[in-house]
Amino acid sequence: MHKTLKLAFAAAALIGAVSAAQAQQKEILNVSYDVARDVFKDYNPRFIAAYKAKTGEELVVKQSHGGSSKQVRAVADGLEADVVTMNQPTDVSFLAEKGLLAADWNKKFPNNASPYTSAMVFIVRKGNPKGFKDWSDLVKPGVTITLPHPKNTGNGRNTYLSAWGWAQRQPGGNEKTAAAFVGAFLKNVPAFAPGGRDATTNFIQRGQGDVLITFESEAELIAREFGRGNFDVVYPTQTLQTEFPVAVVDKVVDKRGTRKQAQAYLEYLWSKDGQENAAQNYLRPTDKDVLKKYAAQFPPIKTFTVEEVFGSWDKAFNAHFKDGGSFDQVYQVK
Amino acid sequence: MSTVRRVNTESLLVRCVLIVLALGFLFFFLGLPLLAVFAEAFKQGFGPYWHALMEPDALSALGLTLLIALLVLPLNLLFGLAAAWAIAKFEFRGKSLLTTLIDLPFAVSPVVAGLLFILIFGRQGWLGPWLQAHDIKIIFALPGMVIATMFITFPYIARELIPLMQSQGKDEEEAAVSLGASGLQMFWRVSLPNIKWGLLYGVILANARAMGEFGAVSVVSGHIRGETNTLPLHVEILYNEYNTVGAFAAASVLALLALVTLVAKTFVEWRMQKETEMLSAELPPERAPLAAVVQQAASQAGDGKLEAARRSPERIEK
Amino acid sequence: MTRKSHRVLPGFGLSLGYSLVYLSLLVLIPLGALIARSAQLSLADFWAIATTERAFAAYKITFGCALIAAIVNGVFGLIVAWVLVRYDFPGKRLVDAFVDLPFALPTAVAGITLTTLYASTGWVGQFLEGVLGFKVAFTPAGIVVALIFIGIPFVVRTVQPVIEDIEQEVEEAAASLGATRGQTFFRVLLPALFPALLTGFTLAFSRAVGEYGSVIFIAGNMPMVSEITPLLIISKLEQYDLPGATVLAVVMLVISFVLLLAINLLQWWTANRHSGRHIENGVQA
Repeated sequence: MHKTLKLAFAAAALIGAVSAAQAQQKEILNVSYDVARDVFKDYNPRFIAAYKAKTGEELVVKQSHGGSSKQVRAVADGLEADVVTMNQPTDVSFLAEKGLLAADWNKKFPNNASPYTSAMVFIVRKGNPKGFKDWSDLVKPGVTITLPHPKNTGNGRNTYLSAWGWAQRQPGGNEKTAAAFVGAFLKNVPAFAPGGRDATTNFIQRGQGDVLITFESEAELIAREFGRGNFDVVYPTQTLQTEFPVAVVDKVVDKRGTRKQAQAYLEYLWSKDGQENAAQNYLRPTDKDVLKKYAAQFPPIKTFTVEEVFGSWDKAFNAHFKDGGSFDQVYQVK
Repeated sequence: MSTVRRVNTESLLVRCVLIVLALGFLFFFLGLPLLAVFAEAFKQGFGPYWHALMEPDALSALGLTLLIALLVLPLNLLFGLAAAWAIAKFEFRGKSLLTTLIDLPFAVSPVVAGLLFILIFGRQGWLGPWLQAHDIKIIFALPGMVIATMFITFPYIARELIPLMQSQGKDEEEAAVSLGASGLQMFWRVSLPNIKWGLLYGVILANARAMGEFGAVSVVSGHIRGETNTLPLHVEILYNEYNTVGAFAAASVLALLALVTLVAKTFVEWRMQKETEMLSAELPPERAPLAAVVQQAASQAGDGKLEAARRSPERIEK
Repeated sequence: MTRKSHRVLPGFGLSLGYSLVYLSLLVLIPLGALIARSAQLSLADFWAIATTERAFAAYKITFGCALIAAIVNGVFGLIVAWVLVRYDFPGKRLVDAFVDLPFALPTAVAGITLTTLYASTGWVGQFLEGVLGFKVAFTPAGIVVALIFIGIPFVVRTVQPVIEDIEQEVEEAAASLGATRGQTFFRVLLPALFPALLTGFTLAFSRAVGEYGSVIFIAGNMPMVSEITPLLIISKLEQYDLPGATVLAVVMLVISFVLLLAINLLQWWTANRHSGRHIENGVQA
């Protein structure tokens, strides 16, 4: 019975493959990070409809989701992505380094090629029992912080740079005080989760830690999954604005003849419709009007960018997360 | 199975202690995690569970997972038999080395296993430029995923068979050959029945592992929805996007697929039992029915009519 | 075991040849690619990456935890296999089928589930931490738990067919010669089972050494304390440092190879010592 089942599925898979090939539609592949499935599940039909209305062409958009760095490594190794939509600029730069796209990729679209942004916020237990208000509260003795691995995960890196940037931007702040602050901060982290999602599970389901630091957009996902009554969101005085860079993969679209479609796909992210879709998925739109329309879900927040504090993402990455970088220096074995 | 009525067995106390130990161990390390998986999967009732499984992405992932297992198993089965035959039945130099090399894929971290094939088939790999020039897709497509799964499950069947075939020695095969059986006859009539359990366990293990493999496949899959996502990869994505029910529902399917072994094994047992009954109606009770066949053949003047010897009891039965 | 026996049984050349070709294509050449890639680094660089303090700590944790888990699996796997073959109890078939579960369940699911169970709020963790004051999740003990889980089927499934194969006559003979059940087990049965047991142990151990997916959830991943080598490899890859990653992978490979070779040699030695006796029994039957 097992075998017939398998055969049936194999046949189904084959038929599926054949029928996909028969329909002579242009296909583009969007290689993306792992939490973005909802965003693009909503976005793709919107774009496909708009594109058909404009050009009359029927498009198929395929999605690939996985860990951000893992995804771009796959693209570098031959996964034929027409566009990449990531959550770390370093990942797109890596593709530029490998010659798959132009070095000035972040100038090809507005806002540093990031159609929407988010920010690092604190998730605390209901009622904020420890009264966290700002980053400085997190280094107090006795506080435990739930955090994904700062070297290996996008979420962890953003948190690390956020804490560092905050400290450096305090009156009298410099690299030295920032390093000391981050060192104290890491002391309060009892374990590194393997990813953003698991840090959340540790915090919400397993009761680990007093505070979880994550993207504002994920707070909404957490609320949907675990209920709104379980936690509060705290916005620190200043925090890091995170980017979601997108790029057309030149090498691939030129080979496959899909440049026009790929370009249109990404451009539409900046349209009113695309921006509304982002807002509905709790990503801060870059369009001022759309942001205003959804003001209720995006409280005003003071942010700084990686460029402002660290020069560029590549510099920040090399200085802090490469082996021997600042993380390795300030982290102390407990 | 040969749930033989034992003449000699442990005292009741020892038996109880052992059963309690075994079940306790399995309960804590297997039962509880399994319960937890199903608890998460059915947290919101049966509706969302069913809905999560009927999602097109989930179904195509399931289909792909089964297809890969179906492609991988026969190849590794053939290798397992060949390697075990060579290693268990013959003496040659470098045997330990060969066994060790067969073991090696176990010790290779799955992620590294995936990486190996990137190093060969990837755009910057050994064969990459050639493959690209000829527009042949190995990695980030089905072939790459099959190869990675083959690597991961490579040793299972061989390693299951080697100790078993070794403990059995080669007397029976040698008897069959000296009676004039051809290589194939000997294999089908003597070797295969003797190793059936080991073979079955090997296939079951390799199958389970092939379906559950995440790390290596993840590296070479490309994660294209509806195309190169296997069920374990689907589980990860769902989990990461806070769809716990969906993730655990998919995981529970994999757990259930592992239980297919229950069906397979019961079926094989049932067939064996029937066969044994037929034979034992005619022959004195012996360890393995086919060992008996060999002996009977020996008594039949050894003119190479193993086939007839084997068929005769059945014919008589009818 | 002489040259002559080569000629009695057919298929030596074919089976060995096929095995070697398959092995080369699927395992040796890819591993060669890995080694070649790491060899692009100078020896000094290789050495520097392979011998950092953090890498050493990771090797120790990886191999140490794998060893403990394999020993636990060896002992309990033997008991489970014995119980499943020899005794009857309600639900035996179901239990038998469950044994393969750790393979079919994706490692990440296993890791997530075990962490939930063994965290201080989990069903088991609550008890262990509350009553015994023993923390499992996010400590090296958690790594051992995950590795035990993923290794369970190996010992059970390698020992099981051999127990099924053991001839009753041997035990009966021992008993009739006045051996107690314990003596029969330790002097007659255990030696017969030993090669399979050792195989199962080896497989569980080597699988545990490479395991990543389930461990990282429960480990805590703190450098020097609960960081396994596969995580360090991933960490290198996350920095786009492919050569660095291959260095650690090659080190793991070499250590595993040496350990496996040693165990296999030990196994052939014990098997050969034992097989003389066994074959005689077989002839008697």
